Amino acid sequence: MLADKDRIFTNIYGFDSPWLDGAKARGDWDNTKKLIEMGRDKIVDEMKESGLRGRGGAGFPTGVKWSFMPKEIGDRPHYLVINADEGEPGTCKDREIMRSEPHKLIEGALVASFAMGAHAAYCYVRGEFHHEIASLQKAVDEAYEAGLIGDDACGTGWKFDFYVHSGAGAYICGEETSLIESLEGKKGQPRLKPPFPAGVGVWGCPTTVNNVESIAVAPTILRRGADWFSGIGRPNNVGTKLFNISGHVNQPCTVEEEMGIPLKELIEKHAGGVRGGWDNLLAIIPGGASVPILPKSICDTVLMDFDSLREVRSGLGTAAIMVMDQSTDVIKAIARLSAFYKHESCGQCTPCREGTGWMSRVMQRMVTGNAHVDEIDTLEEVTRQVEGHTICALGDAAAWPIQGLIRHFRPEMEKRILDFQARSQAAE
Amino acid sequence: MPKITIDGEELEVEAGMTVLQACEQAGKEVPRFCYHDRLSIAGNCRMCLVQMERSPKPVASCAMPVGDGMVVYTDTPEVKKMRQGVMEFLLINHPLDCPICDQGGECDLQDQAMAYGMDHGRYKENKRAVEDKYMGPLIKTIMTRCIHCTRCVRFSTEVAGVTDMGLIGRGENAEIVTYLDQAVSSELSANVIDLCPVGALTSKPYAFMARPWELKKTESVDVSDAQGCAIRVDSRGPEVMRVLPRLNEDVNEEWISDKARYWVDGLKRQRLDRPYVRGKNGKLAPATWNEAFAAIAKATKGVSGSEMAAIAGDMADCESMLALKDLMTALGSANIDCRQDGSKVDPTVRASYTFNSTIAGIEDADALLIVGANPRWEAAVLNARIRKRHLMGKFPIAAIGPAIDLSYPVDWLGEGADVLAEIANGSHPFAEVLKTAEKPMIIVGSGAAARPDGASVLGLARQIAEASGAVSGDWNGFNVLQRAASRVGGLDLGFAPGEGGLDTAGILDGVTSGSIKVLYLLGADEIASKDLDKPFVIYQGHHGDAGAHVADVILPGAAYTEKDATYVNLEGRVQRGQLAVFPPGEAREDWKIVRALSDVLGQTLPYSTLAEVRQGLVKANPVFQGIDDIQAAEWGEFGATGGVSGAFTYPVANFYMTDPISRASATMAECTDEILGGGEGKTGTDG
Repeated sequence: MLADKDRIFTNIYGFDSPWLDGAKARGDWDNTKKLIEMGRDKIVDEMKESGLRGRGGAGFPTGVKWSFMPKEIGDRPHYLVINADEGEPGTCKDREIMRSEPHKLIEGALVASFAMGAHAAYCYVRGEFHHEIASLQKAVDEAYEAGLIGDDACGTGWKFDFYVHSGAGAYICGEETSLIESLEGKKGQPRLKPPFPAGVGVWGCPTTVNNVESIAVAPTILRRGADWFSGIGRPNNVGTKLFNISGHVNQPCTVEEEMGIPLKELIEKHAGGVRGGWDNLLAIIPGGASVPILPKSICDTVLMDFDSLREVRSGLGTAAIMVMDQSTDVIKAIARLSAFYKHESCGQCTPCREGTGWMSRVMQRMVTGNAHVDEIDTLEEVTRQVEGHTICALGDAAAWPIQGLIRHFRPEMEKRILDFQARSQAAE
Repeated sequence: MPKITIDGEELEVEAGMTVLQACEQAGKEVPRFCYHDRLSIAGNCRMCLVQMERSPKPVASCAMPVGDGMVVYTDTPEVKKMRQGVMEFLLINHPLDCPICDQGGECDLQDQAMAYGMDHGRYKENKRAVEDKYMGPLIKTIMTRCIHCTRCVRFSTEVAGVTDMGLIGRGENAEIVTYLDQAVSSELSANVIDLCPVGALTSKPYAFMARPWELKKTESVDVSDAQGCAIRVDSRGPEVMRVLPRLNEDVNEEWISDKARYWVDGLKRQRLDRPYVRGKNGKLAPATWNEAFAAIAKATKGVSGSEMAAIAGDMADCESMLALKDLMTALGSANIDCRQDGSKVDPTVRASYTFNSTIAGIEDADALLIVGANPRWEAAVLNARIRKRHLMGKFPIAAIGPAIDLSYPVDWLGEGADVLAEIANGSHPFAEVLKTAEKPMIIVGSGAAARPDGASVLGLARQIAEASGAVSGDWNGFNVLQRAASRVGGLDLGFAPGEGGLDTAGILDGVTSGSIKVLYLLGADEIASKDLDKPFVIYQGHHGDAGAHVADVILPGAAYTEKDATYVNLEGRVQRGQLAVFPPGEAREDWKIVRALSDVLGQTLPYSTLAEVRQGLVKANPVFQGIDDIQAAEWGEFGATGGVSGAFTYPVANFYMTDPISRASATMAECTDEILGGGEGKTGTDG
C-alpha cells in the first residue's frame, strides 16, 4: 500500500484549496525554474528512466513518446496537446485533477512543453466538464498572473501559453488524432497513422498528445527523481496511479495507489469492499469500458498493472474499475456497453461503423435469450472481424468486452438462450 | 529506391509510393472502394487490408507508405478472411437490390462481392434505411446503398472546389448529404457518379435507360468546349444513351464537365433530318437532296466569288471545314472565316490562338494571370487543373475581369482593360510577380480576344508574356482559352480570310450592305447580325437553331457522335472523334455534303474518301499528321499596339446552354433552372 509520503496528488479530494496558494503549499511550482534548467534532454531522459507509462489507457512510455518529437524546432512550431476528454465510461481521475490539482497539470504542461520545444499547450477538455473547465481556467489565469506561465515562464525566458479548449462531448474525440481534428475545428474523426502526430499533428505541426495524469505527475517525478518513481510498483509497471472504483462497492472512490496492487486489496482497502462481501462478487471490468471483463476467480489474485492484466487477457486501460456483484445481469451490462460503442462510433471506417451496430443488436437479443446458441460463435467471429481492422482503437474497444463476456460467461449466455427457447416452446 | 517483398516476390519501387501501388506494380490485385488515384487517401473502407511482417495489426495498404525491407502478404488465408469480413460488413446494410439498381453490371461492390465475399450472409437483423437526398437534376441518389467511402465528398471538395457535399452524423447514422439539400453547384458534379463505387449516386437523366452490357462503346472526343476531353459514347441502336469520360492524362485526366456528359439528349431534339428549301411563300419546305443542291446551284449562278462568303461554326469538324474552304476557293471566294465570334487572333501565327503551355503544363507553371476569361465556364475541366495546381501551393493567381468564384482564390486586379495596360508597361505590382516567376502563364479569354480592340488586348498580352519571360526555351506561357471545338482546327487548316478576303465582321458588313449575296453557314448559329435575311443563306448543320431559321436552304449534317471527324483542341492537339451512331434520317456526314455540292456546282473537289480528305488536311497543315500530338507553335509577332479600354465581360452567360446541342437538351434546361437559379418563382405559364 502506498505510503502517504509517496502520494503525488495530495489534494485529489479537494479538501484543501486547489488555487495557487494551496498548490504552492503542497509543493507545486516550487523552483520550477530549476526543473527547466535541467535542459530538454535531461528532462526526457529522466522521464524515460522513471518508467512512467501513459495513463490514458494504452500505457506507452511517456518519456519515449516525448523523445519522438523533432530535436530542433523547424519551420513548424511544436505543440503539446493534453487529452482531458476522459470519455471512457467509469473513468473519473482527470476531472479530479483539473478540479482539485489544476496547478500540477499546468506545471507539468510547462515542463513537458519545454522538454519538447513547444511554446503552447492545448488542453482539450471534455465538453460536459463545465466545472472542471472553469476551475482549470481559473488556475491558468492565476499562473499567468504570477508569471509562472506566459512570455517568461517562471523566469526561465521560455515563452509558454496554455489554452483550455472545450470539446463537445464525443467519446471518439478522446482518440488522439480525432482529438486533433476536433481541436482544429473539424469533425472528430481519427486520422490515418502514419503519419504520427509527432511528425504531423495539430495544424500539421509536430505534436504530442498526453493524458492529463501523465502530464500532472511529471513535475513531481522530476523533483523527486526517476529512481523514487521507478521504485514504486513492479518492474515495467512502476509508480503511482489514480484508480477509480465504481459499481457494487460500499464506497466508490478515486484513489492514488501504487501500481501492481492486488485488485482485491484495492477494493477492500479503499472502496469498503464489495457490496455483500467479496464472495458476492460476480465480475470486474478492471480498466474502463473498453477492456474485457474478469470473473471473480481471476479477480481474487490479479494485480492491477499493465502486464498482469494483459496476462489474464484484459487490460489496465484507464484503471477505472467497475465492480459487479451477483445481482448483476452481466449480459445486459455488456449489451449496454455495446450500445454505447454503437452510439459513439464515428462512422468513418467500415468494420466499426457496421460492426458496432451488428454486435449491439445481437447483444440486445442475447439479453433476452432470443437467439441461437450458434450465434454466440457468429458474434465472437464478428468481434474478430472488427478487432484490429479499424483506423483507431474504438473497434477494438467495442469488440473486447464482448469477447471477454463470451470467454468467461458463455454458459450463462447459453442458459439464457435455452431458457428462452423452452419458454417459447411452452407458450406454443 | 526501397525494396519491398510482396508475396515472396522482391521488387524495387519508387519511394513515396503506397503499399497498394506497390502491390499493383507487382501485379497483385488489391480490392478497394475508397481509394482513388486522384483523390486524397481516406483509408476508411478497409477493403485493402494486407498483412505485413513486424506489424501486429493488418495495415490498410492504400494509406501505408512503402518502406525499405517491408514484407507484405496479399494472398494468405488471413487476408482472405479479412476481406471477407469487410465485405460482409459492407453488405449487411447494403440493399441486395441489384436487379433494380442502375449500377448493376458496373458496380465495384457487386464485382468485389463476387471475388472476395462470402457465399451467404449471416446478418439477421433489420437493415438500415437512409432517406434519399436531393443533389440536383443530374445526380440521382439512393442513399441506402451508400457505403460511406466519401469519394464524392473528396472529389467535390478537392477537385471541383465546392464544399457542397459532406458526411454528417456518425456511426451507423452517418450520411452523405449536400448542404441544405441543394444541388451540387459545380460544373463537374456528375463525375461523382462515376466515382461512386456503388449505386448510391447514379445518373438521373439516364435512370433505368439501359444496362451497361447492352451498350456499344465508342471512344471519341467531346466538342462541348475546346478542350477536347476524351469521352466514351455509349449507344444502343440509333440512340446515344450516355457519355462517359475516358482517361487522357494530358487533357481531362478522367473528368468531364456536366455539359459534355448530359447534353446528349439534345441530340434527339430539334434535329435536321432532311434537306429544306425556302419556298416562294417564304416558308421552309422539306426537299430532296437534289432539290436542295439545285436551289443552291440556281442561287449561286452568276454570283461572283467575292460576293460569296462562308462562316464555320463552333462544332464544325476539320474535314468539312477543309472541304468547304476548298469549295469556296474553287468558287473564287476568299471570304471565309471560322471565327464566328469575331475573334482577333492572328490566323498566321499559331501561337497567337492556342493554349501553348498545354493543359498538363499548367501543373508546371508558377504564376498565372487570367485576362477576361471565366475558365470555370469556358473550360471546366481545365479549370480543375488550375485548381489542382493551386492546391500544390506557391501559385499566385491574378485575374482581370469581373470577380467571380473560380473555385480557387484569385487576386482580382480590376475589371477594366486598363489594368492590362498597366501590367504591360510594368507599373502594376503583378508585373513583378510574373517577372520573378520561372514559368509564368497568361491566359487570354476568347471573349477578350473577340472584343473590337481584341487585337490590342492580344498585343498587350504578348508584350506581358515577352517582358516576363513567359516565352523562353521550351516554355511558352502565352495562352488563349478558346471555347469552340472547331476554332483551332479551322485556323490551322486556313479557314480564314485569304488574299483580300473578308473576316467575319467584314462578311457581316457585306451582308448588311448587300455586297455579300450568298452566305454559307457551316453549323454557325452564333452570328450577331440582324440582316441575315438579305443574302441567300445556306445552312449546313444538325440542329434547327438560329442558323437554320434564317436559311434559304438547309443541308442536314451530322452531330459529333455521328461522324468520323478530326478536331483540334485548344492546345493544338489533333484528335479524332468516331462515329457511334448514324446520322438521323437523310442527314449525312458533313464533308460528304460539301463534296456532293461541289459536284453540282461544277467544281468537283479532288477527294472522294475520308482518307483522301485527311491527306488534304495534312497538305493544308502538317500538324494534322500527328494524331493526339501537339506540335509546339512557333512564336511570332501578333496583335496590335492600340490602346484598350472598357471592362472585360465574359462571353458565356449560361454554362449549360452555349450551342445548338445544349440549347436543345432538356437536361441542360433543367440544370439552368435548378442550378443557376432561374427556377425561382416559376409559374405555370413558364411551361
